[in-house]
Amino acid sequence: MADEMLTIYVMGKAYEVPRDLTIMKAMEYAGYRFLRGCGCRGAFCGACGTVYRTKDDYRLKVGLACQEVVQDEMYLSEIPFFPGNKSNYNVERLKPNAESVLKNYPEVFRCLACNTCTKACPQDIEVMEYIQAALRGDIEKAADLSFDCLMCGLCAARCPAEIVQYNVALLCRRLYSRHVAPKAKHLAKRFKEVKRRKFDKELADLKGMKKRDLAKLYDARDIEQAD
Amino acid sequence: MNYTPSMLESMKRIEATREFRMTQDLPLLDPVQKVDLLENYHPDYIEDVFRELKVGPSKGTMTPKEFAELFEAYSVLDPEKFDLSKIDYDVDVLVVGGGGAGAAAALVAKEKGASVLLVTKLRFGDANTIMAQGGIQGADKANDSPSIHYLDVMGGGRYFNDPDLAEALVIDAPEVLAWLEKLGVMFDKEADGTMMSIHGGGTSRQRMHAARDYTGGEIMKTLRDEAQNHGIDAIEFSPVYELLTDGKKVTGAILYNMETYDFLVVRAKTVILATGGAGRLHVAGFPTTNHYGATADGLVLGYRAGAPLVFMDTIQYHPTGAAYPEQLLGQLVTEKVRGLGGQLVNTAGHRFIYELETRDVEAAAIIRECGERKKGVTTPSGYVSVWLDTPIIEAKHGAGTIRKRLPAMFRQYQRFGIDMSQIPLLVYPTQHYQNGGLKITADTETPVKNLYAAGEVAGGIHGRNRLMGNSLLGVVVFGRRAGEAAAERAASIKKPGKLTLGHLKKFHAALKAARVSKKHVAPMLLPEYRRPETIEQKLPVLP
Ligand SMILES: Cc1cc2nc3c(=O)[nH]c(=O)nc-3n(C[C@H](O)[C@H](O)[C@H](O)COP(=O)(O)OP(=O)(O)OC[C@H]3O[C@@H](n4cnc5c(N)ncnc54)[C@H](O)[C@@H]3O)c2cc1C
Ligand code: SF4
Ligand code: SF4
Ligand code: FES
Repeated sequence: MADEMLTIYVMGKAYEVPRDLTIMKAMEYAGYRFLRGCGCRGAFCGACGTVYRTKDDYRLKVGLACQEVVQDEMYLSEIPFFPGNKSNYNVERLKPNAESVLKNYPEVFRCLACNTCTKACPQDIEVMEYIQAALRGDIEKAADLSFDCLMCGLCAARCPAEIVQYNVALLCRRLYSRHVAPKAKHLAKRFKEVKRRKFDKELADLKGMKKRDLAKLYDARDIEQAD
Repeated sequence: MNYTPSMLESMKRIEATREFRMTQDLPLLDPVQKVDLLENYHPDYIEDVFRELKVGPSKGTMTPKEFAELFEAYSVLDPEKFDLSKIDYDVDVLVVGGGGAGAAAALVAKEKGASVLLVTKLRFGDANTIMAQGGIQGADKANDSPSIHYLDVMGGGRYFNDPDLAEALVIDAPEVLAWLEKLGVMFDKEADGTMMSIHGGGTSRQRMHAARDYTGGEIMKTLRDEAQNHGIDAIEFSPVYELLTDGKKVTGAILYNMETYDFLVVRAKTVILATGGAGRLHVAGFPTTNHYGATADGLVLGYRAGAPLVFMDTIQYHPTGAAYPEQLLGQLVTEKVRGLGGQLVNTAGHRFIYELETRDVEAAAIIRECGERKKGVTTPSGYVSVWLDTPIIEAKHGAGTIRKRLPAMFRQYQRFGIDMSQIPLLVYPTQHYQNGGLKITADTETPVKNLYAAGEVAGGIHGRNRLMGNSLLGVVVFGRRAGEAAAERAASIKKPGKLTLGHLKKFHAALKAARVSKKHVAPMLLPEYRRPETIEQKLPVLP
């Protein structure tokens, strides 16, 4: 049994926990009940950013508590909240260029290209690259590179230039999608047809059908071949 | 990873049959086979999972025991003593829940001129919405139409759906997709702007739209950003603990600040419940895909205030929850994996069900394969599961497809040393979606006046089984409808209502009359994952 357990230090206090647990589950095993620092429990929400050190290593490491597995002699603390600067804007009125980025987040100018953010990212995103792309006005690239961002804040917590990378990223994705990406013409067309009430009669007929007749239609419906 | 020798052998059998399976056609089950499979293997048909409600507006209906315990529980508040004289917030529309439905509702209510307060239990956006990977449906292609979509929805729900709600869902879909596109949600598109779309279980057209495999995440982040840009007040870690009524109509709510343990009083002309699902109840011991705050609170709040529930005797188990590695237990392996051609395969290397049947059918088939047929694969921790062949996706669509189309999935497994483009995954059903919920009309009002419900907390839209992609859609469709209806109603209410806990007093009396024990309190707010030993030792020293 003993070798199946290991010791972790949560904010300085030692706890024996089973190996193979994630930091989150190990903390619960130790007796913590999460209020902050726990959201999706599956690497989607970014609520569980954690800083830690391991034995004989001077470096400060970061990860997601719901994903990272505990190691023996791990010293850890969650950082469940990080006060980050968020600009308020109207996406409609902005143009997809560097000016829009800098107007809302002038601190992007201060990027030292130190790459600390990239090293911190638990999603393996090229954070510095997307910040540099945003700075150049390459909104498409910034949007593409930052797509998997969970807004966990670990990059911002480490950035010497005090940039809030995830908010810059979100601005770029919204700018790209609103102004650069080509519009879905078929969607606009369908929306117009709906407004012209093209489907109202069909739907009313279906709604009025008996269950048995509807089932007949359903069972006989043709299914589009997947490509 | 620590695959056991028998797992490795089984994996070889999967590889050996892959080429044959590439071109193998499996037929859809006929309606009789489907019913047979469901009635014999789906947890919804296991009597022992359920019990009858003895108290409240849905008295006499069946629901899983875990739900019943909460619906028939006392509040920690004493309705005789609670002081409602000091009003902390006074607004037109109170939105309860910071997921997709709540965010959409708040935006539209604000746009309609209402003063809006959004309160939520965790952070704004910590919700099931942010976890949705696969996609969002909408009939926007030339070969598709809202009517075809409607037929899929009804058939999927076994024709139990409320036709008005199903109609609202499909007819609003194009508008909702256009709204999201305009707000700047980064949908997957072809070079000419055509939305990329694929099948989901039970769809007859390829109408599943996606933003890679962070679809819900993209939508949630965009809506939250937009809400912040519009200056919508959002109070986090302050769930609603009880609704307030004037005896009949809803007039506000009591918040609980989970960090300072204070109760706060909100007076509101209308209240929208958008509290999402209930996976964290772990019905019948199943693991879940849901976020930490999915504890059925909204159902409890509405029920006590007199709002009936519908279809609370059906739960959606997602057929493909992760069974291995243990750290991922219960987490979702998105249906898109099967949409892209991934196959369910038993330990012998054989397929046993066409992969794009509806979810209930898929789940039942896996349960049968692992149970009665004994064709499952046992993991080191003793879970029995089946393979989900993912390398076949690359064999079909080319190397790199998984990384490109399923980056979140790929990374999830990569973190634990599993390359899903090379080796198959192990899966078993997991509690995923609450098919039923509060009864609503097409403009989302519950039978309790001025109380609205939207998103997963509402029932009837999907009948007895929801199709993938229709929930994210429903969340935005009904969230928007709720925002509009609640704002309009609020504008028509001139005098703010009286704040009382009269409904709770009545409810407590009914519980007492039915001799319900005081063991359970609700709403639950957060699930309990500490070890029982730890909890038993704890005394309320610093309450
Ligand atoms: C892993 C996963 C993948 C999914 N994939 C898809 C998919 O591909 N396509 C699809 O269509 N659907 C999918 N779904 C389903 C879909 O995401 C959800 O049904 C939908 O997002 C629910 O949205 P909602 O706004 O109703 O609830 P949620 O997004 O869950 O939001 C509810 C909010 O209310 C808060 N809350 C709870 N109780 C209280 C309280 N007492 N007071 C205040 N606030 C409270 C919660 O904390 C949360 O913020 C998926 C679900 C999961 C879990
Ligand atoms: S950490 Fe900050 S300064 Fe360094 S590269 Fe990243 S954004 Fe630039
Ligand atoms: S880019 Fe920053 S906020 Fe986004 S996931 Fe990476 S570390 Fe977290
Ligand atoms: S809890 Fe959501 S990312 Fe870890």
